[in-house]
Amino acid sequence: MINTLIFDKSRPGHEGHSLSRGDVPTQEITIPESYLREKECELPEVSEPEILRHYTRLSQLNYCVDTHFYPLGSCTMKYNPRVNEDMAALEGFKQLHPFAEAPQGALQVIFDLQESLKEIFGFDAFTLQPAAGAHGELTSLMMVKAYHLHNGEKRNTVLVPTTAHGTNPASANMCGFQVIEIGANEEGNINLEDLQNHLNSDVAAVMITNPNTMGLFEKNICKIADMVHSVGAILYGDGANSNALLGKVRPGDLGFDMMHVNLHKTFSTPHGGGGPGSGPVGVKSKFAPFLPKPWVIKENNQYQIQEDCPLSVGMVRSFYGNFGILVRALAYIRINGAQGLKSVTEQAVLSANYLKEILRKYWDLPVDRICMHEFVLSGANLASQNGVHTLDVAKRLLDYGFHAPTVYFPLTVKECMMIEPTETESLETLDQFAQALIAIHQEAMDNPELVKSAPHKTVVSRFDEVQAARNPILNYRQLKNAR
Amino acid sequence: MSYIPFSSQEQDKLVKNIGLTSIDDLFKDIPESARVKGLLNLPDSLSEMELVSSFQKMAAQNKDAHSPCFLGAGAYDHYIPSIIQPLISRGEFLTAYTPYQPEASQGTLQYIFEFQSIICELTGMDVANASMYDGSSASAEAALMACRCTDRNKVLVSRALHPQYREVIKTYLRSANLQYEEIPLKDGVTDLELLSQTIDSNTAAVMVQYPNFLGNIEDMVAIEKTVHAQKSLLVVNAYPIALGKLKPPAEFGTDICVMEGQSLGNSLSFGGPYLGIITCKKEWVRKMPGRLVGLAKDNQGREGFILTLQAREQHIRRAKATSNICSNQSLNALCSLIYLVTLGKKGFRELWDLNYQKAHYAASRIAALASFKLAYPQQPFFNEFCIHSSKSVAQVNTVLKNAGILGGYALSKDYPELDNTLLFCVTEKRTRSEIDHLVEILAQV
Amino acid sequence: MNPNELKYTKSHEWIKVDGDTGIIGISDFAQHELSDIVFADLPEAGKTIVAGDQFGVLESVKTASDIFSPVSGTILESNAALKDHPELINQDPYTQGWMIKIKLSNPSELDTLLSAQDYQSLIS
Repeated sequence: MINTLIFDKSRPGHEGHSLSRGDVPTQEITIPESYLREKECELPEVSEPEILRHYTRLSQLNYCVDTHFYPLGSCTMKYNPRVNEDMAALEGFKQLHPFAEAPQGALQVIFDLQESLKEIFGFDAFTLQPAAGAHGELTSLMMVKAYHLHNGEKRNTVLVPTTAHGTNPASANMCGFQVIEIGANEEGNINLEDLQNHLNSDVAAVMITNPNTMGLFEKNICKIADMVHSVGAILYGDGANSNALLGKVRPGDLGFDMMHVNLHKTFSTPHGGGGPGSGPVGVKSKFAPFLPKPWVIKENNQYQIQEDCPLSVGMVRSFYGNFGILVRALAYIRINGAQGLKSVTEQAVLSANYLKEILRKYWDLPVDRICMHEFVLSGANLASQNGVHTLDVAKRLLDYGFHAPTVYFPLTVKECMMIEPTETESLETLDQFAQALIAIHQEAMDNPELVKSAPHKTVVSRFDEVQAARNPILNYRQLKNAR
Repeated sequence: MSYIPFSSQEQDKLVKNIGLTSIDDLFKDIPESARVKGLLNLPDSLSEMELVSSFQKMAAQNKDAHSPCFLGAGAYDHYIPSIIQPLISRGEFLTAYTPYQPEASQGTLQYIFEFQSIICELTGMDVANASMYDGSSASAEAALMACRCTDRNKVLVSRALHPQYREVIKTYLRSANLQYEEIPLKDGVTDLELLSQTIDSNTAAVMVQYPNFLGNIEDMVAIEKTVHAQKSLLVVNAYPIALGKLKPPAEFGTDICVMEGQSLGNSLSFGGPYLGIITCKKEWVRKMPGRLVGLAKDNQGREGFILTLQAREQHIRRAKATSNICSNQSLNALCSLIYLVTLGKKGFRELWDLNYQKAHYAASRIAALASFKLAYPQQPFFNEFCIHSSKSVAQVNTVLKNAGILGGYALSKDYPELDNTLLFCVTEKRTRSEIDHLVEILAQV
Repeated sequence: MNPNELKYTKSHEWIKVDGDTGIIGISDFAQHELSDIVFADLPEAGKTIVAGDQFGVLESVKTASDIFSPVSGTILESNAALKDHPELINQDPYTQGWMIKIKLSNPSELDTLLSAQDYQSLIS
């Protein structure tokens, strides 16, 4: 084990936290004995200094935005401002029970964030309930379904481009829709003919990411919106790539009916190693009645919780949303203001194009266009000529001190590498990254084995994922049994 | 305040490098008619100092955050050990990405493995995943999972389950064209007779809560018999703190155990972010949604951890994935892990005792008052209980509010037949003097 | 290469027929495309399926592929050895890596399947 498990550090008699002594008269246990444990819960026994050291050392095994550049396309790994953490930790927010009666300060956070997102994205209403982007997608599709049924129509199909993120078809499936994939044209945009052929009155919605997962703005978006609307279908936007749009264009103005936003991408809330995130959904007014309940509204200068929402799809999770994340996002929007957000997008797109122009001399650029906040390169040539795959390049980048770009989608580009620098990386970092990729490209030609067997400088190297999946060991008990 | 490390000179250099004249050239693909003219209509930007002042004002308005809290109902005021915050705010945990590249993420992967392990210890179940969004959506996903496992399409849900959880389960099932049916209450617990009459060979699962929403601990053994007689799955929603001394769900044959992990070291934070937990018997592991971390060996024989069984997930299986879920609540899971490790074997037991003792003390003192009695005197409970009042709930809550006490949860909204009934929760954080003060104030109603 | 006595589908399954019983698996080409198989999700005996139905899933680390039945009928048996050794599909796709045994309900369906040569042309 590269680092001992906490359970193996347990020693009888070691104590961590101490609780207060009981201060009430002893009460009889009136729970039937058969309802109680016979065997104690075998939690580890570790003292506080040992716990602190264990988790501190574990943390040191991680790459993170604070220490490393993450050019992960579609993830927007920007700097996570610490003032946001302080704001979420304010007692009045942190210690507040969700059933406290109409706490004005908390409801104001929710309301103000709703209003800001409406303005930024061009929608008439927002829900902040979904806990993540995929959750927001699911919520949207539920509303799509409810809307059509309310209008007496049962539509069964959802159209999704082949370049879409995997959550799109998965979310559609969870709502009982049939998913049909639409191809891309040479420019990486949606193939209009393919779209036209599949648009009919059975289509409930078309899910589009704009800019798309190739980092390219859908030039025909207004025409697409018209096409979709002409058959009575709903145009849904996957807002993962919103870092390219702030202050420049609003999806609502492009014809989108609904859209989810990722606060943990565009709005700087931290990734936390995989969560928590937040996936608010914006809608045009005709879909607002279907938003998950309860709603936070403002009436007579008072913030209120409205429970009576007869057409609402219901609830997609308990309470109001990932409130702690909402506080952080609102703080980010407030500190930036309109000009700040516009600068964010301008720099994000500028930095992406800068890197693209350097790297295109070494890798294939499937589509030669101005990109938005991210761009896709193909390593297909390197793979066929030298047997070095993009995954190998990704692993070798770790040796150079960079986290890999996204390499598992879009599926339409062979050996793809999706690079998104974001606006919070300095010119120096961008240049260092470019140099690293160029060096690896050279290595791939001169010494392919070095790249294929990377990483070499990390704590562990490549894992045997096959064995791990054949005989899964998913917890300590299974580990002990296997030994 | 700007977080952008570029001067305008550097920007100009980049623009030139790309062969453009200005930054505006980068956005020419956007249809002219749709472009934002000028700036968005948002409040002016703030300096950090102004931001802090503004947010402090908003936070200060939430006075209830400082009142002694006797509310439970799905969110619990437990003491959070001070060791947690410094650890979870370390940049290496806070700002790390999803551990798709295991060589760069052993910290995250190992703590998730430890989390999965400790949850299995708590519940007795075979497998736990890396977490879901919250208890309610974990419950909904469990319902969907049960339908997948049994190839049936109806789920029976006890009315004793949290009202919001029932709403979420209903929402998910309806979207997936599956059936939702409720089992009524009898004397504050699931009506067993009605359950056995309703369950049939089309029932994928029966979902109950432990202790239930009203605080009562149900006869899980009896429920299990009825459920498995029809080969349906038993899905239990358990309160983690109660498992300190209550029988773990695996021991009475639970197929899927879900939990809300907020009570394990996560702050109340007005409802989120919380922590969904899902566990199951090992035969169902490939049908379980969400991330899983497993042990693996690298090419030099060193042991470490990776995301495994990913073929079930959205990024590979796409439309046919077990769920669309992409993220988990990693940082909240870390909180819960450190919490449980910090309390340890002894502390977790003592925590249970404190909760039980204080809650029962409070219940007996309140029930001794003229205007109040226990709504379910025969039902065993842990740290939550229902109090019936001869005065109106509105009256009681006003008095409590004026005394600066965050009082019980009014049940009639969700259970119309339970008017004038309040759900109280007493955790280890409530001192004897706070409890005595509550009783004093209630005596004045 | 591809055994001549077998029949094939466009989705890379093969079937070996003996009277009214068929044995089904995937081709060498298919196992190679999937790379190391980690899990075979196969149906229980007694289940009836129609030609073209998805009857199982093969999981590798990076993919999960549906497998489709060439014929209609009732499942007699799934290969129990694959539970602990799914890699048999990779190592020996035509013999030890067989997946299900099925009782054919409509043998005429076999005429619509590809011969070894036709299948070879398909994958070239």
